[in-house]
Amino acid sequence: MHINIEKVSHQYETKQGMLPVLKDLSLSIKRKGFTAIVGPSGCGKSTITRLVSGLIKPTQGSIFISNKKITSPLSTVGMAFQNPVLLEWRNVIKNIILPLEIVSKNMTYNQKRSNALDLLKLVGLEEFENNLPSELSGGMKQRVSLCRSLVHSPEVLILDEPFAALDAFTKEDLWDVMHKLKKERDFTCILITHDLREAVYLADQVIVLSGRPASLQYDVKTNFNEEKKISDLYSSEVSQLLATLRNQIEIAQNKND
Amino acid sequence: MIRINNFIIPLFSLIIFCLLWELLVWYNNWPNYKMASPSDLWPAFWKFKHLFLIYGWETFWRTVVGLILSVLVGLSLGILMGFSKTIRIGLYPILVGFNAIPKATVVPVIALIFVGMHNMNTIIIVILISFFPICVSISIGLSTLEREYEDILLSLGANKFEIFYKIALPKTLPEFFGALKVSTTLAFIGTNLMEIIEPHGKGLGHLFDSGKISADYPLMFAVLITLAVMGIFLYYIVVYLENIFAGWAIRK
Repeated sequence: MHINIEKVSHQYETKQGMLPVLKDLSLSIKRKGFTAIVGPSGCGKSTITRLVSGLIKPTQGSIFISNKKITSPLSTVGMAFQNPVLLEWRNVIKNIILPLEIVSKNMTYNQKRSNALDLLKLVGLEEFENNLPSELSGGMKQRVSLCRSLVHSPEVLILDEPFAALDAFTKEDLWDVMHKLKKERDFTCILITHDLREAVYLADQVIVLSGRPASLQYDVKTNFNEEKKISDLYSSEVSQLLATLRNQIEIAQNKND
Repeated sequence: MIRINNFIIPLFSLIIFCLLWELLVWYNNWPNYKMASPSDLWPAFWKFKHLFLIYGWETFWRTVVGLILSVLVGLSLGILMGFSKTIRIGLYPILVGFNAIPKATVVPVIALIFVGMHNMNTIIIVILISFFPICVSISIGLSTLEREYEDILLSLGANKFEIFYKIALPKTLPEFFGALKVSTTLAFIGTNLMEIIEPHGKGLGHLFDSGKISADYPLMFAVLITLAVMGIFLYYIVVYLENIFAGWAIRK
């Protein structure tokens, strides 16, 4: 599933009139790729996730998944947000099977549960199958949220700052969980983030958006190592890449002023 | 242990309350036409026990039926107002205005429209007085649902109905039960308004009125206490249902 965003412009209606957030944005994400999108605050990154998932339609331009134009939500997309939005009245396993209740209505409960359990094992939470979300820590909730976004084997996974609210060490743990999930399950991934280290560590392509209205400013490949490790983040190669990206963000911010 | 405490502590506070009440009347040496004391109530209650049984049941079933119907009315209006902004801004002024009218003034109007249909009149007043909190809580609960909750299902192509019964409705249940507790106590006010203001000759309200006419003050107090007991009973039924359906929201 490669994703093509072609000359997309989008604007929102506000009390002060039309607010353009994206302007002539074009980018392509290769099949099974992992692309991180970074950019100044409020530049329209979350709008991209809503456009790619088909929740909203662009004012101008088109988005294609595998050469098919998106006009409405697709069941082949999974989403996770900064807020894990777990359903407090459902236990962990029932939270994870929620998407299956929509897209695989004929599947038996046992099949759904076993799908969910496979993922729970991958993220190391198989003992918490029957716990309620209120009994989990922030990092655990986010793991459950990731499982839910993958349980229906989506071909595109959209992550909107899912690790932003976590402490530094939990974050690094979750990065490794993400590596594991990406290795086990084949999907194309779009990650929205403010954390450049996260972008470089997880993605194979990093895109910097300009300030609002956002368009493509910088596009870089980050395949510095086949199997990325946290320690790689302290290598000179990565430091240089991070410095370049930081510089690009500053350029984007200046444009915003 | 927790279960026993849940029973013992309220019972204990009730006993203390009655003792203080008795003490207050005894200390001031009030005659029972000024303020009856708990020890006066039991004889009054026992003397009219058959009437209490008959009238109590009438009041009780009309309150419960009215309450069930007001849940239906409140839910339907709340759902409509929760999902449609147009309906919400259109209905709010009418509902608020309606709720601001003292229901005692509506009683004669209703009684005139449906002359002689005592049960229906009473139930209508109960609905009018208790649907409002339910309606408001449901509409606020539904209209303030965070966007991400909708997005996780919408992005999979779920329809509005699926979002409603899988997410919006269960998420609103704690607020609903909070409102239902308020409505439960309001419902008894509704039944008794009709029973006291309109001479239907039915229900505990009528018994209260009889007590007033014959200056039987202990009887009047006994009616009030019976109403209080019924209210407590119904309240705990709601609490029981809340534990079953929205127990996840209650801190242990």
